[in-house]
Amino acid sequence: MSEELLKVSNISISFIQYGSGLKQNILDVISDLTLDISQGEIVAVLGSSGSGKSLLAHGILGILPSNANLSGTMHYRGEPLNQNLKEKLRGDEIALIPQSVKFLDPLMKISEQAIGDCTEEEKEEKKAIQREVFEKYGLSKEVDDMYPFQLSGGMARRVLVSTALLSNPKLVIADEPTPGLDERSIKETLNHLRQMANDNVGVLLITHDINAALEVADKIAIFYAGYVIEIANSSDFTGDGEKLIHPYTKALYHALPQNDFKLTEGHQPLHDELLKYCPYFERCEHPTDICHETIPKLIDIGDKKIRCNRANEFKTGEF
Amino acid sequence: MNYKSLGKFLSYKLIRLVLLLVAVSLISFLLIDLSPIDPVKSYIGEVSVSPEQVAKLEAFWGVNEPITTKLINWLGNLLHGDFGTSLIYRVPVIDVISERFFASLTLMFSSWLISGVLGFVFGVLAGMHKGTWIDKAVKVYCYILLAAPTFWIALILLMVFSVDLGWFPTGLGVPVGKLAENVTFFEWLDRLILPAITLSLLGVAQIAMYTRDKLVNVLSDDYILFAKARGENGWNLIKRHGIRNIILPALTLQFLSFNELFGGAVLVEQVFSYPGIGQAAVAAGLRSDVPLLLAIVLFSTLFVFCGNAIADALYNFVDPRIKEGESSE
Repeated sequence: MSEELLKVSNISISFIQYGSGLKQNILDVISDLTLDISQGEIVAVLGSSGSGKSLLAHGILGILPSNANLSGTMHYRGEPLNQNLKEKLRGDEIALIPQSVKFLDPLMKISEQAIGDCTEEEKEEKKAIQREVFEKYGLSKEVDDMYPFQLSGGMARRVLVSTALLSNPKLVIADEPTPGLDERSIKETLNHLRQMANDNVGVLLITHDINAALEVADKIAIFYAGYVIEIANSSDFTGDGEKLIHPYTKALYHALPQNDFKLTEGHQPLHDELLKYCPYFERCEHPTDICHETIPKLIDIGDKKIRCNRANEFKTGEF
Repeated sequence: MNYKSLGKFLSYKLIRLVLLLVAVSLISFLLIDLSPIDPVKSYIGEVSVSPEQVAKLEAFWGVNEPITTKLINWLGNLLHGDFGTSLIYRVPVIDVISERFFASLTLMFSSWLISGVLGFVFGVLAGMHKGTWIDKAVKVYCYILLAAPTFWIALILLMVFSVDLGWFPTGLGVPVGKLAENVTFFEWLDRLILPAITLSLLGVAQIAMYTRDKLVNVLSDDYILFAKARGENGWNLIKRHGIRNIILPALTLQFLSFNELFGGAVLVEQVFSYPGIGQAAVAAGLRSDVPLLLAIVLFSTLFVFCGNAIADALYNFVDPRIKEGESSE
């Protein structure tokens, strides 16, 4: 079994928001999130856009805004991942592939940016590595001296991917790498992620694109109203969805155009509706009294994790 | 640098300048003609003269000729480089201008430089430490200075540093009783410091506030977040990504502030009796020195235009997003 890289346990990220007057609201964006990533594994966190998934990436890298509140524990290769360790690892063993070209300094040449902040002595060596990695991703020498605005969409994507790989990271966090790209570029990007995993890098893919997640990920964590409600294997998304356990995951699967294209009524609870019970209660087809009383815990079922009071019943296919 | 587009830019600016100067001279000439200024009266001053002599003077200067003739005469002379003779200094206008403009340029340039550098530094410090006491101190300083009138600040400084403390002379460009040619560098510098500081104080406030806001904005941009995610931090992060992205807009603002600089100089020179172009402008206006006033209007137009043109050029030829974008067309 390959080594476990990152273990995130019961992470919650919240913000304090000032309402009218002196009223303070606590905004829970991510609640009680648990997941782990091993070497050579791609784990997708799948949630709707604007649901705060990116904050998970920022939390792991230690770049949350100062008004954010992070609780829970994280471990990196068995070591507690505190702010000090985060600062040491980011840009080195842990690398981020950002969403878009907007994450590049508009006034800095690509090569200088990719190399990053370093001393004059290191520069030459790093420049050589940068050229080598860029070459591997089909980025010609001219790209080095370009500015971000001169890159085409596909080029920008390859620049971001290869920039992340310059430091030879063990863990790569890809934050929404596919939106706004054409079919071919999406395929290419996903191939890059697969390639990284084949090179024994752990990949955390944060996305709202279920097709991308299904295509490339080994495990998929389904994000609903700030909660992870199921961590399934991507091989479970098959047939009639009978291997999926949580009713939301099933509904999601059936909503896909290539399946039944079936819509489930209702919407996700918003962040400011403080939940006291199962986040899926209102839309669930099989709620019980207990579901309206407590928020279910994320429990292990086999090699999967489910957040549902009736997980065992669902699992045995009683419904 | 792309010489072809630079040439195009410069010739375009030159045409604009000529049009602007023509428009400004026409309008100011018309305004002065409509105003109750009487050049003959101001020439005569307190001396008592007979009505015949007045009539002779009026005929000599063409006071009663139609405005078109006057305008054509004046413009014709301008084209030969003849700005006329100053009525109050009794020397060719161009001599007054060159002497006064030099004195003013030293004053304006030194305060422009001081305010630019200090303002930028303050702005960066405040922006970097947003919300801390440094930020608050810079903001309070800026608000007070932006709210206070220039001449009032000039008077306060004059009272404190020249009158009470006696560190600097109270005014004038050279010590009393000394010929301008005999003034030493330090005597000259001594008289420059206080006016220059006064003029800088105001410029500092504007550029500091602008730099601070710009830096705060830049620091909340995605690329700063990504740079942090890649392990950059502290002063190096600010230097590599923050300053890089705010220096050009800040420089542009500083060049665009030439008009305020000039306006401030008029007031400051008045308070410190500094023999610059601003003081000459006030004197020419108060004492109906028409040729001098018109020449000052034209030269200050040229001065402000240069500032704006430099600001434009910075954007067109330094910012890679515009520079490279144009040359790749």
